[in-house]
Amino acid sequence: MDTEIHSMLANIWFFIIGLMLFLYVVLDGFDLGVGILSLFTRIDQHRTIMMKSLESIWDANETWLVLLGGALFGAFPLVFAITLQSLYIPVMVMLFALIFRGVAFEFRHHARNSAPWNLVFGYSSLVAGLAQGLAFGGLISGLGITEGDYQGNIWEWFTPFSALVALGVVSGYSLLGATYLMIKTEGAMQRISIAQAYIAAVLEIVILITVAIWAAQLNPHFAMRWTDSETGYYLDFFLVLAVLAFIMLMRALRMRFELRAFFWSVIISLAALTAMTIGYYPYMIPASIALTHAASSSRTLIFMLSTIGFLIPVMLIYSGYQYLVFRGKVQIDRHTD
Amino acid sequence: MESLQDPMFLSRLQFSVTAMFHILWPLTTVGISLILVIFEGLWLKTGDVDHYRHARFWAQLFLLNFSVGVISGIPLEFEFGTNWSRFAMVTGEFFGNILGYEGAMAFMLEAGFLGIMLFGWMRVPPVIHLLATCMVALGASLSAFWIMVANSWMQTPAGIHLENNRVVVDSYFEAIFTKSMPWGVLHMWFACVTTSLFVIGGLSAWYILKKRNADFFLKSFKLALIGVIFVTPVQLSLGHGSGREIFANQPAKGAAIEAHWTTNQEGKGAAWNLLSWPNQMEQKNAWALSIPNGLSVLVTGDRHGQVQGLKSFPQADQPPAIPLIFYSFRVMVVIGLVFMGLIVWTSVAWLKGQLSAESICINRWLLRAWIASIPLGYVATECGWIVREVGRQPWIIYGLLRTRDAASTLPASVVAVSLVTFVIIYSGLFILFLIFAARILQKGPNLTLMPPS
Ligand code: HDD
Ligand code: HEM
Ligand code: HEM
Repeated sequence: MDTEIHSMLANIWFFIIGLMLFLYVVLDGFDLGVGILSLFTRIDQHRTIMMKSLESIWDANETWLVLLGGALFGAFPLVFAITLQSLYIPVMVMLFALIFRGVAFEFRHHARNSAPWNLVFGYSSLVAGLAQGLAFGGLISGLGITEGDYQGNIWEWFTPFSALVALGVVSGYSLLGATYLMIKTEGAMQRISIAQAYIAAVLEIVILITVAIWAAQLNPHFAMRWTDSETGYYLDFFLVLAVLAFIMLMRALRMRFELRAFFWSVIISLAALTAMTIGYYPYMIPASIALTHAASSSRTLIFMLSTIGFLIPVMLIYSGYQYLVFRGKVQIDRHTD
Repeated sequence: MESLQDPMFLSRLQFSVTAMFHILWPLTTVGISLILVIFEGLWLKTGDVDHYRHARFWAQLFLLNFSVGVISGIPLEFEFGTNWSRFAMVTGEFFGNILGYEGAMAFMLEAGFLGIMLFGWMRVPPVIHLLATCMVALGASLSAFWIMVANSWMQTPAGIHLENNRVVVDSYFEAIFTKSMPWGVLHMWFACVTTSLFVIGGLSAWYILKKRNADFFLKSFKLALIGVIFVTPVQLSLGHGSGREIFANQPAKGAAIEAHWTTNQEGKGAAWNLLSWPNQMEQKNAWALSIPNGLSVLVTGDRHGQVQGLKSFPQADQPPAIPLIFYSFRVMVVIGLVFMGLIVWTSVAWLKGQLSAESICINRWLLRAWIASIPLGYVATECGWIVREVGRQPWIIYGLLRTRDAASTLPASVVAVSLVTFVIIYSGLFILFLIFAARILQKGPNLTLMPPS
């Protein structure tokens, strides 16, 4: 009975953490994506508009990462400790990139010449995206982790596979960024964003399928889940969903449905993340640490559920309100409000 | 240097560099957000446009400060996993849980309303705007509360037991409300408010001295003065309370703060060392200037009360760097007393009617003293944290887990590289912050700004 409850709680927290990861990937994803795309324009005013479209929300978006960290630390301490330690290098690189990105937002207002800070913003977004992809890729291909501790080599995450995942993450973020910019801009800038969305979408779907096939070869657990009749069915479902979303996205881009384009790119991310998660469930770190083993005691999980779990809808409401207040196209001349 | 090849030592260095840097910004985030609430509330209540302009002006500094605070806070959270993974595994059940609340309750609240507070003046009605400012201020203070809960639990752990080398919570209530928690939370929070008030007061004094919009800045100067008159005495008594709490619950730290080596015998008081040079090798003070029975009176309230000395602890359980702890404590206390002196001086001038718009500029030295007080709160805070954290060593969780046993197994070279990178980036950020803050201040407030109608 006790172990049943514990396993249920562990699964609930696995779900909540997955939800936080998804929210982070979508929200900070389009943020980082806008940054990455800003590297492709030579017009400084366009960069300014791009940054302005994020000004009021980037901090809230990044906070999902902080929350994800805290929740993981509390609910699955073992996973928090072992992954961060074994991913020391990409995590540090990501942190340094996020530092530069955060200050670029503010410092560009005060600098005599904002152009260099706009570039800092672009490059640090790219580096943060790459580092996250490398870390994630390293994690799915399995690190030198044995039950309960980490013995591996500090560079273990760095493989051709993780490099491909990093590219996938960067193109996914760019797609989210481009469709977000479609909503926020008009005229020439919107046309550029649509063109970029096409390219990013094609890249993302190709990489996604390659990664899925490659992962099944690298990681026996993943392959097993795929051949298993029941879970294999779910995996197929989510890959089909990704492809369907891709087709709908293409249509939305052609018809210039602004909100729908963004919606379908979110669905692609959701499908990709869910497929990966199903692939290595019930392990937290593929094939080495099982979910129930890594989880905190039931008491802690219940306590966290009654507080953080309860706050999630509240947080979503006031974050949503902030988006509502700042809806509409970016206006460059309204510096004073 | 051998220790430079020790990853544990490097991780300690990295944590202290990043934490000491981070804490500079929350100090004013917590304090100035409250001051912004006051200005905005005053504006809505009295209709005086100057209050509105004050809110807008100080919000610029707030935003600059806030950005650096956020980006320097994120590495701290992740360092618990990257550099202190054993600590994270052992304590996650409780400690991670608390960091989770900090995120869900405090950081999200702050971030969720920040955009509206900073960029929403023309988009929402004034009352909603005030609400947003209040939420940002509440979020900042809540974050101070939860992080101090976590840190206080490391100082005086309670409400838990260890099972297979993992913390298991017996009582959340006891683990949150530990013996040192009320003192830690309050002393930290009042440090934020005190420091911010002296920053606002000092900057206002600078404008008054330069005869730039003296009338306008007299308002913020007086507000800061009234604030510190109430807050500073409380802060000093909280400091005294923290000290007594330490002697009860972390006696080795207490003895280190006062460089007190030998437990006094029955019927004899322990002397209080005003100044001294503690020598850890020889386990005594090389020299000391002390007040007989002083320590017994301070700690126990009795002339002959017994105070445990450092020598009654095995050397392995004594905090390191005793001179650092001893002098950091003294710097903090002296700054507290200097604040009190400045408050008395200014209050007397006020009573004599010398703070009016016409006469305040005559009191040039008074204004200069206020300007000089701007960095003092920051210095006192850094010193306070050194006392708190170095004094806790060699324990990471007092009496339960040693810092040595809490670090990740990482190659020294990797930690050295990240440490050096942090130092370089943070130094650059610090300089840029000063340059940009100076630009905001040079430009001064916009006195033509009209509130949204
Ligand atoms: C939540 C817990 C927590 C909080 C709120 C703080 N610290 Fe801390 N501090 C630690 C948890 C910790 C730690 C994890 O326990 C460290 C790391 C290594 C160690 O020995 O203790 C530490 C070490 C440490 C050291 C080095 C001590 C030594 O190694 O001898 C310094 C100087 C500070 N801290 C200073 C600060 C400052 C300025 C903080 C304000 C933000 C701060 N700490 C907040
Ligand atoms: C070592 C322990 C600490 C950790 C792990 C930590 C963690 C963090 C993190 C992750 C952030 C960024 C949150 C965001 O994205 O909004 C942050 C910001 C903040 N922290 Fe800390 N923090 C520590 C110490 C402190 C202390 C001691 C205080 C105050 C008394 C404090 C007060 C704040 C505040 C007010 C913010 C909001 C942003 C700002 O600083 O301007 N923190 N902290
Ligand atoms: C008479 C004056 C003061 C006394 C006796 C005093 C005493 C103390 C003591 C004993 C500690 C250590 C607490 C611990 O390790 O648990 C401490 C910490 C600290 N002090 Fe003070 N203090 C004084 C003034 C100040 C002032 C003026 C400031 C800042 C404006 C300040 C800021 C801090 C901070 C930030 C800490 C670390 C966090 C905390 O313990 O809350 N102190 N103080």
